[in-house]
Amino acid sequence: MPGPVIEAGQPFLQIQHLQKDYAGVRAVDDVSVTVNKGEIFALLGSSGCGKSTLLRMLAGFETPSSGDITLAGRSLTGLPPYERPINMMFQSYALFPHLSVWDNIAFGLRRDRLPRNDIAHRVEGMLELVQLKQYAQRKPHQLSGGQQQRVALARSLAKRPQLLLLDEPLGALDKKLRERTQLELVKIIEHVGVTCVMVTHDQEEAMTIATRIAVMSEGRILQVGRPDEIYETPNCRFVADFIGSVNLFDGAVTKDAPDHTEITTPEGRHLVGHGVNLSVGAPVSIGVRPEKIDISRHAPPQSANVVQGEIVNLAYLGSTTVYHLRLASGMKLKATALNHARNEGLRPATGDQVYASWADNAMVVLAQ
Amino acid sequence: MNRHRWFARGWLTLGYLFLYVPIVVLVVFSFNSSRQALTWTGFTLDWYHALAQDEEIINGFLLSLKIAALTACSSVVLGTFAAFVLDRYRRFRGRTLFGGMVNAPLVMPEVIIGLSLLLTFVSLEKLLGFPERGMLTIWFGHTLLGMAYATVVIQSRLREMDRSLEEAAMDMGCRPHQVFFLVTLPNITQALAAAWLLTFTLSLDDVVLSAFLTGPGNSTMPIIIFSRARLGLDPRVNAIATLTIVAVTLAVIAISIMQARAARRPERPKA
Amino acid sequence: MTPRRAPWLLSGRSLVIGLPFAWLLLSFLLPFLIVLKISFSEMDISNPFGTLFSYVDDVLIMKLKLGNYAFIARDELYLLTYLSSLKYAALTTLCCLLIGYPFAYFMARASVSLRPILLMMVMLPFWTSFLLRIYAWKGILSNDGLLNRLLLDLRLIDAPLQIMNTPVSMMIGLVYAYLPFMILPLYANLVKLDLRYLEAAADLGATPWQTFWRVTVPLSRSGIAAGAMLVFIPTIGEYVIPELLGGPSTLMIGRVLWDEFFTNNDWPMASAVTVVVVLLILAPLVWFNRYQSDQDRAAPGRERP
Repeated sequence: MPGPVIEAGQPFLQIQHLQKDYAGVRAVDDVSVTVNKGEIFALLGSSGCGKSTLLRMLAGFETPSSGDITLAGRSLTGLPPYERPINMMFQSYALFPHLSVWDNIAFGLRRDRLPRNDIAHRVEGMLELVQLKQYAQRKPHQLSGGQQQRVALARSLAKRPQLLLLDEPLGALDKKLRERTQLELVKIIEHVGVTCVMVTHDQEEAMTIATRIAVMSEGRILQVGRPDEIYETPNCRFVADFIGSVNLFDGAVTKDAPDHTEITTPEGRHLVGHGVNLSVGAPVSIGVRPEKIDISRHAPPQSANVVQGEIVNLAYLGSTTVYHLRLASGMKLKATALNHARNEGLRPATGDQVYASWADNAMVVLAQ
Repeated sequence: MNRHRWFARGWLTLGYLFLYVPIVVLVVFSFNSSRQALTWTGFTLDWYHALAQDEEIINGFLLSLKIAALTACSSVVLGTFAAFVLDRYRRFRGRTLFGGMVNAPLVMPEVIIGLSLLLTFVSLEKLLGFPERGMLTIWFGHTLLGMAYATVVIQSRLREMDRSLEEAAMDMGCRPHQVFFLVTLPNITQALAAAWLLTFTLSLDDVVLSAFLTGPGNSTMPIIIFSRARLGLDPRVNAIATLTIVAVTLAVIAISIMQARAARRPERPKA
Repeated sequence: MTPRRAPWLLSGRSLVIGLPFAWLLLSFLLPFLIVLKISFSEMDISNPFGTLFSYVDDVLIMKLKLGNYAFIARDELYLLTYLSSLKYAALTTLCCLLIGYPFAYFMARASVSLRPILLMMVMLPFWTSFLLRIYAWKGILSNDGLLNRLLLDLRLIDAPLQIMNTPVSMMIGLVYAYLPFMILPLYANLVKLDLRYLEAAADLGATPWQTFWRVTVPLSRSGIAAGAMLVFIPTIGEYVIPELLGGPSTLMIGRVLWDEFFTNNDWPMASAVTVVVVLLILAPLVWFNRYQSDQDRAAPGRERP
């Protein structure tokens, strides 16, 4: 039964205080999050963080120990999977081996007792969407991995679900195929306009595909935000460290003003271009992303946000060079530089003493 | 390395000889014109003619066939139930007892199973006037044994089946019983067929249970062969043996060809 | 808000478990109780088993003839027979292992195209009637049988060897019948053996003999266990082979039970022996099953992060 009509961008899926315990282990710990209509929402975390359990609770394969799930105003608690307006694309695709591609896609529609013409129409539409029209009569084992994935997607969209769940959608594909598929996947999902929750351990996948990301660890959600928000303004050490690479300086606040903050660490003086609302002496960590750091042989004209160190390792990656520095304090620093010039002589080499510097708005301050 | 090669070949050859000499002897002596069946006196088809006239054996064969087919069907149905319960429901009251009872016939000597069932049927007959010992009781006993074997075969297939297929079915709107009939069952057909053949053969060949549970005038073929074998050698038994061996050989070859053909699938396209 | 227990699990499940459970209880518990009852009764000519309960003068009398069990405990025959069955079963298992292991090993190491044929050639005797194949040995091993004729004609012996109806003939029959049961699980196990383990062992300096004993055999442990179980357990209770090929000196529990039942017509006695044997088998079975279900429960199952 359809609930109230909800506009795109409005809260659509509400997860409230969801919890799942297994024999003394808390897999999902008091998770509350809201997903808006039409967005692609990613649950990102390493294995064991609870993201898959959360997804399975949305699908109805696991029963929450406590908490509630509401979709379009309607509570899903207690509803078995076959009564939820939700469909899932499984990590292993789970295509029925004894049915053809056509029958796989039509499977869910037949359970709904749709008239035969409608079913044929829908299936044809889906095949068109994923560009597999000529493979309609093949069995799953006769298809390649990428084709199987498209069938799985078509099958999960055939019933026009209110919510689409993706379980590690690109996990089974090799790298080259993954890049191509990422964009196709987003195109199809946006074309259909379905709200989507996906689970992945691959940051790049999350950042590419998702509108918003929730970083999870040990059953809890640590931060929810757009990819740029998560990357540039992580709210804790774990998130800063989990997404991409980050250099973390540990120290204490020495001065806190409304428009700037000074923090002292064993590596030197750091000047952050905004206030942080912490008392003097409070322990903090400063995070600086590698690409925000400039490497130069000569001292730059700044007294704060600069350190000196020796290049102990260098990785030339073609478009960028990754420098690993050892600083005077013993801390290891990682910096990435675009290879602007083709001339090797201009670039620092292993063993060189160099200066690493960054701007005052390139840092993020994290309470410890 | 060559020495090893010859040792391997020798061992395998001797092994196969050991397995096949009795079978070959059976077949060869079914054509022997001497009654004693131990010295070759000449080729004859007499024993096959005698077999065709032997009403006792023909009736026994038909009865065995009927019972075997019924047993195979009932064993597979019950075995599927039991395998499903044991594989899908990990925790319920009495699971240990259930599992124990399902597996017990595999461990119990048939004499004990036959004895217990016979005493039960006799008691029931005295009390209720039913059941009369005969085809029904033999079928019951065979099913008890067959179910145990069928469960083993089917359970091992269920265990390795991809569970996400059933979840996907539920996700698509299947209620639990629909999941079973539309997705689970089609994916275990090979195991079901194997279980059917296994229990069919078991029932067709069974001596002990049939002997205990049979009634007057209801001798199955193994019972007849067994009683004749106890008395001495009978070339008609050799004839039966030859026919059986031919049938089994043809069946085994046919199934191997079918499996080989199924394994040859069209090439996967790239991307 | 507390979640409702998912009701879709309950009713269908009870039915699916309940039906086979009921059938099993009927075909197991009922016969066992009846056998138990009969084992406590007197052998009666008119009535194959006496009645336990009688109601006389407002008194319910239960007569339990414990004599049957006392007899079993006192009479050496039953204990000897049981031990003898165990002995022959163990010997058969050992012979099958000694013959079957190399057989399965060489099968598994044969070329890939040859393996299906080798397997089929083992399956064929397996699917052929067991009774008929044992009958064949009667023809071969008896005093005027094939073997003796051959040896006499070749002048290797003067008088026929008395092989028939001895422990030797029974052992030959047992090993012959159960050999495929040992070969098949061993083959299934050995064929999956990753040859890279053997290569690694050779790389580290092991000779082929050492590799066999220190790598191959330990890795095939589960196959050996499976084969041994498939041979040992049914052999204990074998009836047909001891009856057709064995003699008066081959004591097997299957024959003793049969004779007790059909020949002596002492059904209470046979029932008592049955109860004892069942208990002897049940105890390890229950333990084994509990061990199995503990293993199942300890396994990760569907828990995913």
